[in-house]
Amino acid sequence: MKPAPFDYVRPDSLAEACEVLAGDEDARIIAGGQTLIPMLAMRLARPSRLVDVLRLMELRGISLDGDAIVIGAVTRQVEVERSEIVQRWLPLLARALPWVGHPPTRNRGTVGGSIANADPSAEIPLVAVTLGAEIEIANASGRTGMPADEFFIGPMLSSVMPGDCVAAVRFPVWSHPHVGTGFHEVSARQSDFAFVAAAAQVAIDERGRCLDATLGLGGVGDRALRIDVTPLIGEQAGHVSISDIVRAATEDLEASSDLHATADYRRRVASVLGTRALEDAFADARSRSGCIQ
Amino acid sequence: MKVTLSINGRLREADVEPRKTLLDTLREDFLLVGSHAGCEHGVCGACTVLIDGEPSRACLMFAVQADGYEITTIEGLALAPGELSVVQDAFCETHGLQCGYCTPGMILAAHALLMRNDTPSRDDIVEAISGNICRCTGYGQIVEAVEYAADRLRKTNAPRGPRAMQTDQPDVGRLAKTDAPRGGRS
Repeated sequence: MKPAPFDYVRPDSLAEACEVLAGDEDARIIAGGQTLIPMLAMRLARPSRLVDVLRLMELRGISLDGDAIVIGAVTRQVEVERSEIVQRWLPLLARALPWVGHPPTRNRGTVGGSIANADPSAEIPLVAVTLGAEIEIANASGRTGMPADEFFIGPMLSSVMPGDCVAAVRFPVWSHPHVGTGFHEVSARQSDFAFVAAAAQVAIDERGRCLDATLGLGGVGDRALRIDVTPLIGEQAGHVSISDIVRAATEDLEASSDLHATADYRRRVASVLGTRALEDAFADARSRSGCIQ
Repeated sequence: MKVTLSINGRLREADVEPRKTLLDTLREDFLLVGSHAGCEHGVCGACTVLIDGEPSRACLMFAVQADGYEITTIEGLALAPGELSVVQDAFCETHGLQCGYCTPGMILAAHALLMRNDTPSRDDIVEAISGNICRCTGYGQIVEAVEYAADRLRKTNAPRGPRAMQTDQPDVGRLAKTDAPRGGRS
């Protein structure tokens, strides 16, 4: 359980980091290291060099920028969890974070690390896909943005190419007055990988009519997926069957099968948790609007 | 690579390979063997240390990454050699340990929680130790130990909570100049 030898460099700027990465295709970025170091210890990864970006201030911080919250890639998960900006403007991310690993790993793990790792059952990528976040990627030729649902390609597979570094994530903020969120997850034990995770966010008006709704599912297939719940929009929450809509949208989902859970089980649980997450989100939105139904 | 680490309030130097984890460095280079090697891939929590007051896995960090942080190991908790901290004593009082392998990690996780929150609910305690595996106690007496320690800390007049943590922040620059032990710790 000891990693193979590697070189270690800690560049002083993102530009310098990109330069090192561009010059050595076996180099890998390390930030919090909470996933990479176990992979090194088990020798599932043997990079020639680790490029430590954790202390680059230009990759750190949480800020409100127009209609989005921008979270720098090396912002630690615990900082996001405790951030008042995130609790106020990104309630879904705030609700999902306690499900990410456990306190000691959240103390070191970063938001960008979780995104770049592209684990199909990870919560932060799920929230990014659910809300339609944009991933900012830096490399030697500059910075580009990419929608989250294009960024994630498959299990542990993203659009990050050798030489690229995830720089930030732009989460859109919903400006509706009454926004509610819901999050549910099933795993073998607390903090373990999710067999299925469901994240939902809805917005309602004063009379309880749904103005916008989004649902994402993680762990079901080879990446987090956004589920079509547009039939809910414009409807009074109590007047349509959430479970019917979610069931119809999830019955043909491509689900993976492994020793923990069959594809059928995952689809069934996806439908149930998706419904619960949306129901929680509507209840949450109603309690914020003072509208009782 | 040469690294200078601030461990238990004291600056220490070591020459390590980049692949050497903080855990192995603490144990082999500084003989601080209270941090235990369990799974060595971040699952068990036996190697928990405090990094700037927050519990972290010493096996999931390389020593070369750890400079500039204030690292606290189980050896740095008690005020003087031969003494026990309130949390350590509470674990003894309530039989919160059997084989003792998970205990340093449990105590550091509990210590970090109680520095932040001296009136933790049972759920807060369970969450705080959720990353630490114990195969002996069944956790019941560990939770009891943390509740007991919280009660005793509330009844003392020692500074705690966010304000105490602020004043407790290390001044690494100052330490670098003097290399002096801090706050009576050795």
